[in-house]
Amino acid sequence: MIREITIGQYYPADSFIHRLDPRVKIVCTLLFLISLFVQNSLPGYVVATLFLAFVIRASKVPFKFIVRGLKAIILLLMFTVVMNLFLTKGGAVLVRVWIFQITEAGLRISVFMAVRLIYLIIGSSLMTLTTTPNALTDGIESLLRPLDKLHVPVHEVAMIMSIALRFIPILLEETDKIMKAQIARGADLESGNILQRAKAMVPILVPLFVSAFRRANDLALAMEARCYFGGEGRTKMKPLAYGRRDYMAYFAVMSYVAVAFAAGRFLPFHVWIF
Amino acid sequence: MEMIRARELVYEYEQRDDEGNVVGMNRALDEVGLDVRQGQFVAILGHNGSGKSTLAKHMNAILVPSGGTMWVNGRDTRDSGELVNVRRSAGMVFQNPDNQIIGTVVEEDVGFGPENLGVPTGEIWRRVEDGLRAVGMIEYRAHSPNKLSGGQKQRVAIAGVLAMEPECIVLDEPTAMLDPVGRKEVLRTVQELRKRKNVTVILITHYMEEAIDADAIYVMEGGRVVMQGTPREIFGRVDELKRYRLDVPQVTMLAEELRRRGLDVPCGILRREELVEAICRLS
Repeated sequence: MIREITIGQYYPADSFIHRLDPRVKIVCTLLFLISLFVQNSLPGYVVATLFLAFVIRASKVPFKFIVRGLKAIILLLMFTVVMNLFLTKGGAVLVRVWIFQITEAGLRISVFMAVRLIYLIIGSSLMTLTTTPNALTDGIESLLRPLDKLHVPVHEVAMIMSIALRFIPILLEETDKIMKAQIARGADLESGNILQRAKAMVPILVPLFVSAFRRANDLALAMEARCYFGGEGRTKMKPLAYGRRDYMAYFAVMSYVAVAFAAGRFLPFHVWIF
Repeated sequence: MEMIRARELVYEYEQRDDEGNVVGMNRALDEVGLDVRQGQFVAILGHNGSGKSTLAKHMNAILVPSGGTMWVNGRDTRDSGELVNVRRSAGMVFQNPDNQIIGTVVEEDVGFGPENLGVPTGEIWRRVEDGLRAVGMIEYRAHSPNKLSGGQKQRVAIAGVLAMEPECIVLDEPTAMLDPVGRKEVLRTVQELRKRKNVTVILITHYMEEAIDADAIYVMEGGRVVMQGTPREIFGRVDELKRYRLDVPQVTMLAEELRRRGLDVPCGILRREELVEAICRLS
């Protein structure tokens, strides 16, 4: 179950999206996320859906694989939807049960919020699925390079992030293993109320932390042994360089943003309250 | 030329109690002497806690001696100005395959060392290809290391060291966490490297079988070198090896038992064929 979390994983394939410069993907993902949050109407979301579908197709990542990543946020999603649904006031009241009521505005906002969150996760996991964490790190490092002048340890932060990403699947596997080991020893992880279940997690978290620290220590040794002395004087195996397809991608995303914005603004296209 | 030389090497660390107060000194290495010539294959054997891994870490200047001296390729490991050169000369492969792979794609991991050394981009690619080819992992270059078997991961780790073009490779129990298939895979790779690239290999292990082809064997116990010699000399001393809690290869053991029962079998037999030959000669 726990291994199905796909956020932060890389899906190896050879596609247009995979070959894009990581900086392009980071900037474009950011633009896409911003466009989601300024969007407030059905036509805008239709454009966003079409664009997202197009990008998923172009990335050659199976749709099922992307959807699996959503499982991780299902609780958060439900919480947001329920909160928005019941607590937003405005417009006609659609349903009223005891002190709870669902208004038009509540329904509208909670649906848009759900769509936003889902697209946000899909959009950002598309970025990590099509970019190796190393490339991602290189991209972030290069984009944040100006902060170096302010003595922000850009290279170090980027390195930490890439290592964290590499160890996610390993630590997940380890969690799985420890869980099984504790269940075999009679640990009860499934029953009881939230408090009891949280307590039952302690015998899983403690060994996990111990092993994570041990791994960190080993990894630091291995990095030192391979002459890692920080960012200074390092060369790149895959230096970043913009190519034609990168400009094309920028252009495509810019056009998407413009179209989505225009659609949201000028298309008087409504279905019921949306 | 001497690739690695140690003289009266001592490594001590503080022993602390639960409150963190120093209660004494622990001597992990005690006056160790070691000579490895260019191109040699040297095995260092020892039980857990014998100090063999501590010794290995000195060859890469991860640890520096508290006393005595360690030279790698003629450079004193205590000289911090030579740190890069020491580490470039003696590459190190560790025990746990998962914890030494830094990259998320095989080829990026192999490129990590050369990147750190400041090698130009084109040259990095050449080295990565050479390294992966040498360990037979070239077809996995675009794979994620998480999906590889233990033996394959260790081969990638070896390629990562090779890409730094070291004169010497130190393998610190590279097979300890592998299944028999993975063990064979890694050992075969190491042997091929020796044949083709003439690199010096130092293999730290507690499997005696892996040391049969070595040019020299050092046996460690309690931080000291207690035995030293060619495999034939070492494996001839079965009782002594047992005292150091080391398992003698089965064939050697059998030959020893036969000899004790009065059969005229020579001392220090290492391979099955040798034993067969010796027994045939009896009748």
